[in-house]
Amino acid sequence: MGRSRGTGRPTHPLPIRIMHWVGASAIICMILSGWAIYNASPSLPFTFPRWITLGGWLGAGIAWHISAMWVLFADGLAYLAYGFLSGHFRRDLRPVGPRALLHDIGAALTFRLDHQLGHYNAVQRLLYSGVILVICLAVLTGLSIWKPVQLGWLTGVFGGYPVARGIHLAMMLCIVGFLALHLALVALFPRTLVSMIAPIEAEEGP
Amino acid sequence: MSADPAVSRAEIARELARLSRRGLLRQGLRQGLTLGSLGLLTGCDLSTHSGIDAALWTMLRFNDRVQGALFSKRRLVETYPASAITKSFRFNAYYAVWQVRPVPDNWRLAVAGRVADRTPWSLARLRALPQEAQITRHICIEGWSQIGQWSGVPLHIFLRHIGADLRARYVAFTCFDGYSTSIDMASALHPQTILALDFDWQPLTPEWGAPVRLRIPVKLGFKSAKNLQSIEVTNRNPGGYWENQGYNWFSGV
Repeated sequence: MGRSRGTGRPTHPLPIRIMHWVGASAIICMILSGWAIYNASPSLPFTFPRWITLGGWLGAGIAWHISAMWVLFADGLAYLAYGFLSGHFRRDLRPVGPRALLHDIGAALTFRLDHQLGHYNAVQRLLYSGVILVICLAVLTGLSIWKPVQLGWLTGVFGGYPVARGIHLAMMLCIVGFLALHLALVALFPRTLVSMIAPIEAEEGP
Repeated sequence: MSADPAVSRAEIARELARLSRRGLLRQGLRQGLTLGSLGLLTGCDLSTHSGIDAALWTMLRFNDRVQGALFSKRRLVETYPASAITKSFRFNAYYAVWQVRPVPDNWRLAVAGRVADRTPWSLARLRALPQEAQITRHICIEGWSQIGQWSGVPLHIFLRHIGADLRARYVAFTCFDGYSTSIDMASALHPQTILALDFDWQPLTPEWGAPVRLRIPVKLGFKSAKNLQSIEVTNRNPGGYWENQGYNWFSGV
């Protein structure tokens, strides 16, 4: 398949590029400081090496966690508002039918899935909408274990404090899993990284 | 009982951690910079005077204000049936259980600061005040939690008894085991904040905070100071053992 002609619009509009990197930085800070907090009382049979955690000990980990949370919160709200109002979610992220998804997963697993800048295939749509949902759940469970009394109704929705804490941890693992896959795919298609930084012209749709 | 060492390991634990962090830094420089040693180099663990640490302390103070605004003195903590009480309740302090101190002879609870009556309190006088029982969840800042039973004097009743200035901003607690903490007045007046005299339906033993401990279920566990020696009502933030090292001061739940 030849390279498509230009479309005159950027692959990612400037607000998306800014919100992507602000959000990515906040998420990385949340994960690494979350590991410092986790290490204080691990509920799984492992701890994270101290050198990779942000803060290094519980008190500093919490300080980082409740600092980065404001960045994530503001960036996330701006992104959700933009996504709904601009039509970004409807146009780019709305999951397509199961048949297209199965086809694209098969193609991806055999490294035959083509990627065009400015158009998300079914696998991308599933991954991106999935991780947005997971991050929302991570934020809500995070709030529910930060304020299990003042936001007790929210903690109740998640089944009480210990369960909410477990879900919060599971969401972190999902986000880390997404990041591994995301970075691997970006490594396979390096121009997608460039397009998230510079206004690279989108290609024509399939 | 064996003789106490002049300095316990727990008392110098923070200094030891700081020294080992410096060792880690040297090691990191030798091995090429790792992410963690880079963090220590720039000072992001609340122990230095770096700009990042200053920003983190500023965010901690901002967080205190947000938490104070979220706090409602009418919102009650969930209570549980006796069957929910955690079996083999976990001991937790800034030292090991063998370092628990016995109650000093002639112990009295001192009161200080903005109070009308500074007469020290004996255990018998505290027992004579109205008592409340609760079965509530104790949530540790480390993330674990357990359900226990405590009973004792509601702190708001005690504060009124000593003629405390209820418009003062802080209530500070010092303990004869070297621990200290402080809370905001609104949380101190919460109906479920008690000066606990009993744990699990029995008078407190030293490891659970004898003779009197604070039990404040609207805050993280480290605020529920054990082995109380004195209570002070003040307008100057007194900080506390952990708070001075970087635990979030308000630490409400």
